[in-house]
Amino acid sequence: MRHILSLLLENEAGALSRVAGLFSARGYNIESLTVAPTEDPTLSRMTIVTSGSEDVIEQITKQLNKLIEVVKVFDLNEGRHIERELMLVKIRAEGKDREEIKRTADIFRGRVIDVTDRIYTIELTGTRDKLDAFLEAIDSAHILETVRTGASGIGRGEWILRV
Amino acid sequence: MQLSGAEITLRCLAEEGVEFLFGYPGGAVLYIYDEIFKQDKVKHILVRHEQAAIHAADGYARSSGRPGVAIVTSGPGVTNAVTGIATAFLDSIPMVIISGQVPTRAIGLDAFQEVDTVGITRPCVKHNFLVKDVNELATTIKKAFYVATSGRPGPVLVDIPKDVSQHLAEYSYPSSVSMRSYNPVIKGHAGQIKKAVQMLLEAKRPMIYAGGGVILGDASHLLTQIVRELGYPCTNTLMGLGAYPATDKQFVGMLGMHGTYEANLAMQNCDVLLAIGARFDDRVIGNPEHFYQPGRRIIHVDIDPSSISKRVKVDVPIVGNLADVAEEMLKQLHASEAKPDPQALAAWWKQIEEWRGRDCLRFDRSNTEIIKPQAVVEKLYEVTNGDAYITSDVGQHQMWAAQYYKFDKPRRWINSGGLGTMGFGLPSAMGVQFAFPNDMVACVTGEASIQMCIQELSTCKQYHLPIKIVNLNNRYLGMVRQWQELQHGNRYSESYMEALPDFVKLAESYGHVGFKIESPADVEGALREAFALKDRTVFLDFQTDQTENVFPMVPGGKGLSEMILGSEDL
Repeated sequence: MRHILSLLLENEAGALSRVAGLFSARGYNIESLTVAPTEDPTLSRMTIVTSGSEDVIEQITKQLNKLIEVVKVFDLNEGRHIERELMLVKIRAEGKDREEIKRTADIFRGRVIDVTDRIYTIELTGTRDKLDAFLEAIDSAHILETVRTGASGIGRGEWILRV
Repeated sequence: MQLSGAEITLRCLAEEGVEFLFGYPGGAVLYIYDEIFKQDKVKHILVRHEQAAIHAADGYARSSGRPGVAIVTSGPGVTNAVTGIATAFLDSIPMVIISGQVPTRAIGLDAFQEVDTVGITRPCVKHNFLVKDVNELATTIKKAFYVATSGRPGPVLVDIPKDVSQHLAEYSYPSSVSMRSYNPVIKGHAGQIKKAVQMLLEAKRPMIYAGGGVILGDASHLLTQIVRELGYPCTNTLMGLGAYPATDKQFVGMLGMHGTYEANLAMQNCDVLLAIGARFDDRVIGNPEHFYQPGRRIIHVDIDPSSISKRVKVDVPIVGNLADVAEEMLKQLHASEAKPDPQALAAWWKQIEEWRGRDCLRFDRSNTEIIKPQAVVEKLYEVTNGDAYITSDVGQHQMWAAQYYKFDKPRRWINSGGLGTMGFGLPSAMGVQFAFPNDMVACVTGEASIQMCIQELSTCKQYHLPIKIVNLNNRYLGMVRQWQELQHGNRYSESYMEALPDFVKLAESYGHVGFKIESPADVEGALREAFALKDRTVFLDFQTDQTENVFPMVPGGKGLSEMILGSEDL
């Protein structure tokens, strides 16, 4: 099953490679991994999307906790949560397709952020499924380039992950 | 007071009470070596290869319980050390390794003797640090000792660039250190312990399975008390030998791939299993699907939460410091109204004695023609009154040492259980001998393993280490040959050791004493003579039976009750 793990870790050189190294050394899956400093510059917040049986996810969580620089690990799947991913996609938009592509972007609440007379660059945020659905809605021959950030996740409501 | 990074390093080590620093100098650590020269608190031991520095620090740590400390230079110094570091990591040995690094301005420029030390060692250390600022050096060393020795112990490496060891900083050693991201659990959960004690007391066919964690956690005496008060059978893993006294009647021997018939069958058939400081390793329980028994309940005590339910699902997990948990268990045992069921226990012991009656460790003791390797270990046990520190290398001789030397005390059996590192025996014996200069230390080895760190005979000479090397020389990579017989149709692919040196002359050329023993009648005499030479390193080259194999054996991928008891089972 797909799980979203949220981590707080020391914002130190090498912390990212310890996490990434753990996943490759033990053969765990990484679907995506995002990381950036938090409002407290000594801490980074990482979101890892992974998949595996409950036993594997339990081991991943325990092994992450064992890393000295990891301060906290939380499996967002344990509670209600929100997940968002940002995608930038460059689409060939010429002639009659131009209007159609703009309309499709509107339906998905995407924004055109750069334009040439042949190309739209569209920004889209949402869950993985929504971004996938958008790409499926566009004729694949028109898609020139995509870049996705991977998911960031946060718990719903009052629940807060902090030190 | 302003001190150089090098002097700070030595001050810190002295503050930590470090007696011995095992190492080898080189360009990147020259400032540190200069400070080693200028002080007399920390004694440096010069080895002949960096791998040996780490193994020696490891042997010192395993035998004394104090962290081992080693120093190596950058580049090849570090890469040579990696085998030693991984060995310590797999067996959770507390150790601090200082490595030199090229100057900070040269890092990343493929400088002479530069490797990414932090990157290379990352997967085989508990933690590592690159110190880029001399002002952080003292705190980092403090953290290194704290992390290495607390929680589940392990090796910690501190990488010090050459300019950092040269730069000056204000020195003060922190008396303690706290890290928000590292808070090892100490106390076990009292409710879980209560549940475990009740479960143990309800058992009809109980079994206690203790591993190296009991020794690392200094909980052997408490485990012994629990086992004796309950009257239950106890087995130790390869790493746990000595955690419970081997000569006690409640001890059913080592378990696992080369464990005893009674230990393995009791593991397989018990209804309540207490696993303490052990991790259900593949060499211990074999195939986990085969190991699974419906209705058997498992209690697992370990300091590392990730050891629990990793290979085997357990019913009562207890995370905590083993000594604390064991003490709480004893307290609750004493407070409990319930007592073990004497009838069920008697029936269980009857069954175990029946298994024990198979005498699975029997071998041809009456052979007067050829030396049986097991007989050498038995004689070693007799001659040393079971009171020596025994290190080993890896292979058949390691298993025979584990099976036939009865360890009654913890920290007496020093071997590379997790990584299985050939070459570990002699340098680790040096570390043990430094920790216990007046005790008997023997390295049980084979003609293949000993050659992997043979250069340390020179270190033994320099420091007058009276180690006795018990070489079980069968002219084969014995364990490889054994597997080739069992699983590869007797095709002895590269498992014969040709062109062996004359070990007696080799020992003599290093300035030691060497004996070659070819007849069973001479085994005991040679051992007695060797141990009588109290101030000499003695190399005992026993020409042993080339065909002997280690039994019992659970073949790879099989279950504990699918043991082969001897060649007649094949």
